[in-house]
This record gives sequence, C-alpha cells and structure tokens, in this order.
Amino acid sequence: MHSVEIKNLDLQFGSVKVLQDLNLDIHDGEFLVLLGSSGCGKSTLLNCIAGLLEITDGQIHIKGQNVTWAEPSERGIGMVFQSYALYPQMTVEGNLTFGLKNAKVPKDEIKRRVARAAEILQIEPLLKRKPAALSGGQRQRVAIGRALVRDVDVFLFDEPLSNLDAKLRADLRVELKRLHQQLGNTMIYVTHDQIEAMTLADRIAIMRGGKIMQLSSPDEIYNKPKNKYVADFIGSPSMNFFEGDLKGGTFTKGDLSVPMEGYDFITAHTTDCRAIFGVRPEHIVTGELVTRARVQASVTIDLVEPMGSDTLVYAKLAGENFRIRMDGQAKVKIGDQLRVGIDPTRASLFDAATENRL
Amino acid sequence: MASSGRPSQLFRNKTAKIAAIPMILTALVVFVGGTIWTIVYSFTKSGLLPKLKWYGLKQYDRLWSTTKWMVSIENLAIYGICMLILVFIIGFVLACLIDQKVRFENTFRSIILYPYALSFVVTGLVWQWILNPEFGLQNIVRDMGWESFAFDPLYNADIAIYGVLIAGLWQGSGLVMVLMLAGLRGIDQEVWKASRVDGIPAWKTYLLIVIPMMRPVFITTLVLVATGIVKLYDLIVAQTGGGPGIATEVPAKYVYDAMFQANNLGQGFAASTMMLVTVAIVVIPWAILEFGGSKKHG
Amino acid sequence: MANSAALTGPRGPKPQKSFSRRNIFLYGTLTIIAIYYAIPLYVMVVTSLKGMPEIRLGNIFSPPMEITFAPWVKAWGEACTGLTCEGLSSGFWNSVRITIPSVIVSIAIASVNGYALANWRFKGANAFFTILIFGAFIPYQVMLYPIVILLRELGIYGTLTGLVIVHSIFGMPILTLLFRNYFASLPEELFKAARVDGAGFWGIYFRVMVPMSLPIFTVAVILQVTGIWNDFLFGVVYTGPETYPMTVQLNNIVNSTQGVKEYNVNMAATILTGLVPLTIYFVSGKLFVRGIAAGAVKG
Repeated sequence: MHSVEIKNLDLQFGSVKVLQDLNLDIHDGEFLVLLGSSGCGKSTLLNCIAGLLEITDGQIHIKGQNVTWAEPSERGIGMVFQSYALYPQMTVEGNLTFGLKNAKVPKDEIKRRVARAAEILQIEPLLKRKPAALSGGQRQRVAIGRALVRDVDVFLFDEPLSNLDAKLRADLRVELKRLHQQLGNTMIYVTHDQIEAMTLADRIAIMRGGKIMQLSSPDEIYNKPKNKYVADFIGSPSMNFFEGDLKGGTFTKGDLSVPMEGYDFITAHTTDCRAIFGVRPEHIVTGELVTRARVQASVTIDLVEPMGSDTLVYAKLAGENFRIRMDGQAKVKIGDQLRVGIDPTRASLFDAATENRL
Repeated sequence: MASSGRPSQLFRNKTAKIAAIPMILTALVVFVGGTIWTIVYSFTKSGLLPKLKWYGLKQYDRLWSTTKWMVSIENLAIYGICMLILVFIIGFVLACLIDQKVRFENTFRSIILYPYALSFVVTGLVWQWILNPEFGLQNIVRDMGWESFAFDPLYNADIAIYGVLIAGLWQGSGLVMVLMLAGLRGIDQEVWKASRVDGIPAWKTYLLIVIPMMRPVFITTLVLVATGIVKLYDLIVAQTGGGPGIATEVPAKYVYDAMFQANNLGQGFAASTMMLVTVAIVVIPWAILEFGGSKKHG
Repeated sequence: MANSAALTGPRGPKPQKSFSRRNIFLYGTLTIIAIYYAIPLYVMVVTSLKGMPEIRLGNIFSPPMEITFAPWVKAWGEACTGLTCEGLSSGFWNSVRITIPSVIVSIAIASVNGYALANWRFKGANAFFTILIFGAFIPYQVMLYPIVILLRELGIYGTLTGLVIVHSIFGMPILTLLFRNYFASLPEELFKAARVDGAGFWGIYFRVMVPMSLPIFTVAVILQVTGIWNDFLFGVVYTGPETYPMTVQLNNIVNSTQGVKEYNVNMAATILTGLVPLTIYFVSGKLFVRGIAAGAVKG
C-alpha cells in the first residue's frame, strides 16, 4: 500500500500558482527525494505534506488516512529541518522528550524511545548537553532523533545537510542511508544537491515550476531522462546537446550524422521533426574503443581541465561546444586532434518543440 | 605596542583624531569630569553657589532624613516596579497579538506607538485633563448613572502616583511593544515549525521556547526602561507638579527644586549622586553580563 | 491518475469562518486597545474645538456641538503664562531656533565620530567611545550644574546657543552609536577602494559615506527632532523667559495658578506643542520605528 498519496494538489499564494495539479504516490518504506533548483516548489510540497502550509485544493493521504485537514502533529510524521531548529534552551534530552511529555506519553515509554533513538544515532554521551555545545553534525543527529522518538511511519527531511561543510555532508549522507536501511521507514527528502539525490533515493522526483518533471529511479533518470530539463539537470558536467533534424531515423546536424538504430524510442516517431540529440561527456568513447563506435568523428581540442580523477576536454562538434570526459591520466593538450565515438543507444533524443523524450 | 623608532604614533590618523575631538572632549569633560565634580561637591556645604568647604556626609544625612526625599524614593520605587512589570506584560502581549499576521498591522502599530512621539509635558497635561474629577472620566461615569463612582487619583495623596503611572504606561508601552515585536521576529521560523510538528500548543511554545530565546531583547529593553524611569521628571511637573502636596515627588524633581529653587546646591548634588548610584546598580551588572570577558567593542 | 471528480472527504484548505473565535478575540482585543490609545488624542482635539460654556456642561468625550477655533488663536497669541500674555508663538519660534541648529550640529558631529570609529581605528578610540556610551546612562541631574558653570564661563548661559550645545552634547552617545554601527555595516571594500584612489579622511566622508547614508541620516534627524523638540528639563534649566522652548511655555500656560482655567485653550496649546513631532511620526512611519529600535540594539 502507499505510504503517502498526494492527489491533485494545488497551492496558490495570491495569484501565483506555486504547485499545480500535483499527483504523487509514495511506496511504503521508500526513500523518495524531491530534487530541483531554488523556487521549484520542493520545500513547499514538503511543508504541505507536513501540514505546515495550507493547500488551495487537493488531498493528502498518509497511511490510508486523509490528513488534508489534520494538524502536523496528528499526521504521523516527523520532520528534520535545514537549520536543525533545536530548542536552544533545553538539553538534548529535553529536546527529545519535550513533544512526548506534552502528548502525555507515559514516562517509561519516553525513556525507552529516547534510549533507542540515542543508541541508533549514537548520541548517548550528548544527552545532557545543550545545542550550543554541539557540532553541526551532532545537532543534525539530535534533530533526527527528535523525529525518531515520535514513533511515526513517515520522516520528512528539508535540506538537512545544506548547512554542513562538504566533508561532513558526505559522512552524514552515508549515515542517513544506513539509517534508512536499518529503520525501513518511508522517507521524503528535499535537496538541491544531485549527488545526495542519486546516492540516497529509491526514486527521485525532479521538480520545476511546481510540477514534477520526472519520477523514476536514479538509474532511469540518469540513463533515460524523460525531457531535456531532467537530462540537463542531472549529471556533472552536464549533457552535451545538439539541435538538428530527425529524418527517417537518422539525426543530422551539420556534418554530424547519427543513425538511431538500436535506440530505445518511446514514441512512434513516424514524422520527421526538429530534434535535440543529447550525449553525456562520460559516454563519449576515446582511444581504442572508437573503432567499434557507430558514429566516429575527429575533433580539435580547445581546452583541457585536468581534475585528478578525470580530465575534462572541450572541443567543437557540428558547430557546438561539447565536453568529453577522459581518464585522469590521458595525455592530451590544446590543439591535439582527438578521435571520438558516439553510441546512440546510450544517448537521448528529444523533440525540439516539446523537449520530451522521443 | 612600542613605537620606538617611529616618529610619532600620535600623528597617524591625524585627521581622524582631530575629527574625534568633540567626542573625546565631551566624554572626558562632561561625562567623566562633570560627574566627578558633582560627586565631590556633594560632600561640601554648597548653598546658593558651590563652595569647596568640606562637609563630610552631612548632606547625605540631611537627605535621608528629609521627608520630601523619602517620599520621592518611595514614589520612584512604586512607579518603577509597577511600570516595569506592567509595561513588559502589556508590551509583550501586544507584540504577540500583532505578530499573529494581523491585517492592518501598520495601523495598529501607529496608534499604539504615537504617544511615544509626544513630549512628557503633553502626556502629563492630557492625562491631567482626563483624570480631572469635574470634567473627566469620573464625571462621565457619574453621568452614566454610577453616582458614587470616584476616580480622581490626582487629588488623593495616597494613590496620586498611580495616576501618573497610567499616563506613563500609555506613553511607554508602544516602545516596549515595538522592541518585543522585533525580538519575536528574530526567532528562527523553523523552531516554530518544529514545535508545531511536535504538537506543542502555541501558548506553551511562547512560554517555554520563545521567551527564553528572547532573553537578550528582554534584558536590553529592561535596561532602557529602567534608566528612563529614574529620569522621571517632565511627566510629574506637567501632570501634578509634585502634588497633591508632596505626594508625587520624585528624585529628579527633588534635585531640580533643591538646586534652582531652594538655593541648596549641596542637597541637589547629594540627591543626584544617589540617583547615579541607583542607575549604576542596574547598569553595571548588565554591562558585565553583556560585555564582560569578550572585549569586542570594535 | 486520480480524477478530480472522484475525490471524497476533506480536500483543499481547512474550512474556517472569517469570524472564527480566534479572529474575533484577536481583532477585538487590538481594536479595544487601539481605541484606548487613541482616546486621549481625540479628547485633546475635541476639547480644543469647544467653547468654555460647552465644556462646563458636557463631558470630555462628546464631540463639539459648535466648532470654534478661538481657543487655538488664543493659545497661539494671547494665552497667559505667569508673566506675560503672549501665547505660545514665542515658544514655538524658540523651539524652532533651538531644534534646527541642534539637529544639524549633533548629527554633523556624531556622523563624523561614527565614521572615524568605524573606519579609522586608532588607539584609545574605543575607550572614549565606551565612556560616551556609559555616559548615556548617567542621569542628567548629575551633570546639570557643572554644565551651568561651563556655560556661564563661556558667557552663553541662558542663550539659545547654550542650549544648542547642551543638546549636541547629550545627543552624541546614541547618535554616534547609530552612525558607527551603520558605517561599520557598509562594505569595507568601498572604503579601501577610495583610499587606493588617494582620498583622505574628509574626502571619503563627503564623497563616499554621506551619499550612501541617506536612510540613516533621516533616522537620526527623526530621532533628534523628536527628542529635542519634546525636551523639557534642559529647556527649563538652561533658558530664561525670552528663550523658553515651547514645552516650557506650555507648562507655564497650563499650570499657572492665575485665574480661571481655560481648558479649551490649554488643550489647543497642548496639541500645538505636540504637532511637530506627531506630524513627523505619522509621516515617517517605519523609519521612526527603525530609529528607536536602533537605539536599543547596542554594540
């Protein structure tokens, strides 16, 4: 059964439509990531699910119950915030128990839950300290603990790692994944960081302008993006795009010609049209593999960015700037001629007008 | 910081130093010098003119055995304590109400705060008028039928000070409201969200989470209000002139009367020194609290 | 794909009547409080527009049956203090002549002080500044007489100039703090770039700092005009009958024990005295709030 169901959700502030006719079904025990850039509506959606924002139309169901009019504390959710939002004047233990005491949960039950959360999150030695005496990572764990003790089914995370520095972010990311594996709760996670999304999610919902652009597993989003926006958004460095014509199953732009046999079309593609051909820098082959590639070309290197583990090479193909990712040890320099190969089965093709995948 | 070898540290930033001369002069001559002068002369027998004749603690003896001074102190204590408690309650409650995302916030705030823009003299006079038994509030209520309604605090020596308190509250609560509102708005919104998710009712959130978080604002406002209370003078002069009799005398008025009407400078100096001591008792602990340890005044 | 028409049960925003209990309580309380705060002003205005017979009859809350501006005219030009019967007008012009120079001088000094403190750190600067700030807490009474002596020595005791100096002195702490905090919040790069360009102390002040500081100068002007115009203590200590500011004159007119109390004239005089700062208050709105909040946010 679905843990969280969102039906026809609309949210309007004055005359601005922030969320439009949103539908989303989240599976039990799933780790769902809402991904997008600022202003796309992901945090807003999370706040609606939490009950902190009132919606203009539609319904929200959690664990089969219609919670559209329920208070946040009655929805069976726990929430973790970007700024941790710990109660500064209370100890860690106070923070964990404040809500439970208010709900008149029996004392030994409170003790049991706190002990369990403290053990899972390894915050036992911190219980008597105040938030000001904790590091960022510790504070975030306490914030997660506060949600954990609520003994709920659904956890909501609002960009919880954004306030941490890069190394800490990476460490906590791993811990979050372990936590999900250990607890098995449904987790809805908002972030603008694609790496967090790709590594943590069972499914990712990429949002833009209040709508969901694609809802799929990380693998599918990466390999089969449903539209150009998603294709461009995911992947660093981003995908190379060429705008040209699709005629009779072959894409052409300038002197680049790609026969699309073996490409997994999802539409009928019977009519010829303007199309956008996309291929990721890491999917362009160089070296010996070029001879076996369907499409081969020779390009002149404009710029080289050595990054240690990889080398990013800039060149021009069919009049467009494009990037190739090569091994970090590749010996290339500006002005070199480079043979490259493109495999259309690993590429993406979009309708130039609708930007949807063909 | 040795400046050996350098011609003169004194001439670096020369223009800045010259420009700061007014500040330096004021600080030294007026604030430090003037204060010390007054304290020193409080130990003299100065009458119409300051006289450097040592008088020991006799001025203070006289001060503390003068009824008028004792009444002044008592009045200041009553006014001060009541004012502090009430102005905070009123100011905070008003701030909470306005913080509830009310429409017309600007209108409400404008109306509650405008008394603060008025002189104490204006405030004192208008409340003298409203509390006038013949024409004011008492008269109105009596006209409405309650024949025996009595409300003329300004004519009753025992409670006259409360009449002044009403005026003072009317004038000052707007300020406290504005400061409390600023403090409320400085609270991280996500703490409010966390509290809602935890199911904590609003009143509990205010009491146990928000108010403790607003401690710095409370303290700053407290110091501001307290130092204003000690200076109470204009309001008394305008609303009651110190009366009936000496029922609403306050230290600041005692000082003025002694210095400029009774030709008794010595008493005036002693009384003002006592006022300084009172303020020091409030300000010094606060200053240590705020700035003690970390010398970050730059 | 769920069909809109098939949705049953709660949907959309939670139903809430406009006149919910919470709203009634909230707006009701605020309205009652607002009325309480507005009443004194209303009473002042209403009383000042009535004739004396009507005042003796009626209650202070009723609007005038016959509006008359005679009290206003009398308050301005003929009302009696203990000594003369020339109304408030001289007090008004004195206040103007006190306020304008005081505001200009105190702001000029304080802004330069604040600028020096914020951008040109030199040894001892902070010590003097701390003394200044502590000085702001010292009750004026403690420094009253030494200043009398000072002004007498300079030969300006009892003159408007003397009072202007007094106001400038006592305005310094808060204003310097205000300007120092403001200038310190401006990006330091601006200052550095100007120095690299070769500008000196005054050059940077007039060509870089001042043009960028219109808001804070406005706030300072509001604070000072209100404080100086409303002052009473300094007015009563440092002036004589020819140089009484409006507040002192007002008190003399209303609280003088001679003759019959003309309440309407008194109220008209009271309003006239409060008019200048009130007007500034209502016109400046948020800036006024910013000014008093700035005074409270120390360090």
